Amino acid sequence: MFRYALRRLLLTVPVLLGLSVIVFLIMSLIPGDPAQAILGSYATPENLERLRADLGLDLPLPQQYLVWLGNILQGDLGRSYALNRPVLDEVLERFGATLLLAGTSLVICILLGVLAGIVSAIRQYGWSDRIITLLVLIGISVPAFWLGMLMIMAFSVGLRWFPTSGMTAAYGGGGILDILHHLVLPAFALAIVAAGVIARLTRSNMLEVLRQDYIRTARAKGLGEGRVVMRHAFKVALVNLIPVIGVQAGFVIGGAVYIETVFQWPGIGRMLVNAISTRDLLLVQGGVLVVAASYVLFNLLADLLQHWLDPRIQA
Amino acid sequence: MMAFVKLIARNRLAAFGGIILLLIILLVLITPWLPLADPNVTDTANRLLPPFSDNHLLGTDALGRDILSRLLWGTQISLAVGLAASLVAALVGSTIGIVAGYFGGRTDNTLMRGIDMLMAFPYILLALAIVAVLGPGLMNALYAIAIVNIPFFARNIRGVTVGIAHREFIDAARLSGKGNLRILTSEILPNVLPVIIITLSTTVGWMILETAGLSFLGLGAQPPQADLGSMLGEGRKMMLNAPHVATVPGLMIFLLVMSINLLGDGIRDALDPRLKSGALSRPAPFTRIRRRRNSLPDPVNGNALLSVERLQTDFEVGHETYRAVNDVSFAIHPNECLGLVGESGSGKSVTALSLLGLVASPPGIITGGRVALEGRDLLDLPPRDIRRIRGKDIAYVFQDPLSTLHPLFRVGDQLVEAIRQHQPMSHAEAHERAVSLLEQVRIPNPERRAEQYPHELSGGMRQRVGIAMALANDPQLIVADEPTTALDVTVQAQILKLIQSLRREKGSAVLFITHDFGVVSQICDRVAVMYAGRIVEIGPTQAILDTPRHPYTRRLIDCVPRLGEPDNEPDAIPGLPPAANHIPEGCAFAERCHLVEDACRQGDIELIATDADRQVRCIKPLSVTEPSTPGVSR
Repeated sequence: MFRYALRRLLLTVPVLLGLSVIVFLIMSLIPGDPAQAILGSYATPENLERLRADLGLDLPLPQQYLVWLGNILQGDLGRSYALNRPVLDEVLERFGATLLLAGTSLVICILLGVLAGIVSAIRQYGWSDRIITLLVLIGISVPAFWLGMLMIMAFSVGLRWFPTSGMTAAYGGGGILDILHHLVLPAFALAIVAAGVIARLTRSNMLEVLRQDYIRTARAKGLGEGRVVMRHAFKVALVNLIPVIGVQAGFVIGGAVYIETVFQWPGIGRMLVNAISTRDLLLVQGGVLVVAASYVLFNLLADLLQHWLDPRIQA
Repeated sequence: MMAFVKLIARNRLAAFGGIILLLIILLVLITPWLPLADPNVTDTANRLLPPFSDNHLLGTDALGRDILSRLLWGTQISLAVGLAASLVAALVGSTIGIVAGYFGGRTDNTLMRGIDMLMAFPYILLALAIVAVLGPGLMNALYAIAIVNIPFFARNIRGVTVGIAHREFIDAARLSGKGNLRILTSEILPNVLPVIIITLSTTVGWMILETAGLSFLGLGAQPPQADLGSMLGEGRKMMLNAPHVATVPGLMIFLLVMSINLLGDGIRDALDPRLKSGALSRPAPFTRIRRRRNSLPDPVNGNALLSVERLQTDFEVGHETYRAVNDVSFAIHPNECLGLVGESGSGKSVTALSLLGLVASPPGIITGGRVALEGRDLLDLPPRDIRRIRGKDIAYVFQDPLSTLHPLFRVGDQLVEAIRQHQPMSHAEAHERAVSLLEQVRIPNPERRAEQYPHELSGGMRQRVGIAMALANDPQLIVADEPTTALDVTVQAQILKLIQSLRREKGSAVLFITHDFGVVSQICDRVAVMYAGRIVEIGPTQAILDTPRHPYTRRLIDCVPRLGEPDNEPDAIPGLPPAANHIPEGCAFAERCHLVEDACRQGDIELIATDADRQVRCIKPLSVTEPSTPGVSR
């Protein structure tokens, strides 16, 4: 296990490097003078000159990349011209909020999706299966940003159960309960789509596993159906589902961009959208890099978890 | 093509989706000729009118523009952009996939590493980065969404291409002098096209959703141009005082995407029959039983441990009924070993699984007969009571221990589970017993083996574990369903010896299922021969081996190679058993029997007693002096 973890960790390095190459290449696609684009049209000539030197813009592309990578590895993601503060500080601050939202959402969608999928599989073609199938269809077809708005209209404006937006109350907010109160709606709105996908795959996976010979063996032992389904079948289905959950985490993080905009959640998604409109490219670059890297690490964890649960996967 | 359309039309949900989609497309196509207000003409006097106002069926937005008109024009743009993005992604992605899969080697490696890198990004994030650099705009949003979807196509298509790139017809095309390009377009492309279509049909909806999403964030369509997403984005700002401005375009996106998803699922099911839902039905915990009361045979009294009377098990697939077990009766006495012999498909495994309702259901149904364990009809028992018998009074050993042992649990834990299900004891005690069971089935170093997973054991070891599991609760009857078939010959012999000696030690009866008369002769006291779901001959093993009465039995016995008789070539029986949904009248073996006559194909042929304790289902049983079948030299 330890050796596998180490190997898998080492294999992550080239992925992270590849990631940085892609981000670098995308940034070098900027038409015209990158320094101008990065600093905006009101930049002073001195600042432009300094940035050009910092970025090594007079160097050939591969060397530019090395300079760029060197800066990033030292934690220097540049300075946001619109906010006038280091990109790293801003990104890390926002990232916490996104992590809270996306993490909660992921937990919700796994619980909902897996539960719905199992019920759907063991009640195949029954009423609960049909209702769940219908809900899943709605879940994966509904635009999350629209759903968020509907939820605000229903639960915030109509029923007044939850606040309409933000992460804390404007006055006297900030406690854990306050944040949780603000978290409920956006977390559920964000979870719906991924929950639908997970429910679908759980259902088909469970159906597949329940047909296997070892399930017949479990029944031939005289085990109760609950134990057969939850212990024997679900464990295998879960192992198969982990990579799916890894992929869904990516969709949840992506979906956070919309949900943060709808609910005015001070996360990295909303930061990115604002930065794109203000053409604050270094902030975009920093945000994308940090989120992408953490996503790679999340998938690494998913991989290790799967390896731990499934002894057949050899290191 | 027509068949394909029919297949989709039969799937009601897919047809429903198709109709909605068709309606939306039609509406969008005739939009220019509809009597609608100009979507971009502002009218501040009439701003934020609610739906069903005069002249504005769906009301107006913040600038007094007609929402219905904007909705239809916006739908047009959203559809066009989403489709265009999908086609670009499909074209580029499929090309990459086909080239990588076909050429393989370094090309494959380089391309797919690049694709992997793209997939390492959270989906929307990459699109955002691209839009950030190119600048907001509808076309740029299109490119961004297309690019982030390329990996899905590349991966799927590459997988399929790799699968066919080394098939014979590709080699043939290459040998006939076709160039790579011709092979790619004329041989590979037609074969991967269904997969491209499946991938396309399941991602189009998603891509429309995502382009709308970028517009919603203000990164796609720019004013005054509007697609559904940007309408929704504008509506968000007045969500509280004029909810209809946002609700209407959102509903349209939802309808559009849902109809496409429904249709896409239908297309996938139609093109990829493996995924069709019917094939994946879940076997219930117990086989369905549908016996007609008056069809039950009278209970047979006797000292049999298990008596099976006129058992009948069907498989119902669609409108066809396959009769797998047809009027099967036999009895097993305490400590007896009965062999059940027949070719694959003769119904012997289904017979064995029917005893405790373990036949997969659907499609299996027990439609008649009785299974009596010490006089108690098992088919009448409620599920709870059946479960108490499963693994306790009657235990199973299955054919392939790699697929029948749970792959993710330690061998010892699987044994512990079997023990504790029927005997109240602590985990530690059960574990101790599990280790001793492993020892009883002659597994060396049982403490260590108990900690291992099935995949870490050899085939023979795994089957010993399977046997240990069957022994866990000292059952009265062990049903061994081809326990040696998946093993090689020397291991086979060891396992047979093991079963034999355990039977002596424990005193269990055994129902031993096999297709191999050689195995039968080593272990069984009596043997029942099955053909096409019926028992055709039953009696003491030695008697049947010496003087088979049924021509089929004789053929099966002749199939066994004999040591020291090199001239005795095992002789396969020509022909195939009848299809189980079209069993002919009369003797099912008639078609393959060299002694067939007209009377064999008429009426129902009963089992008749020939000698004491022997029965045969044949109107002209072979006599003791009957010579061997032709073609088999002795």
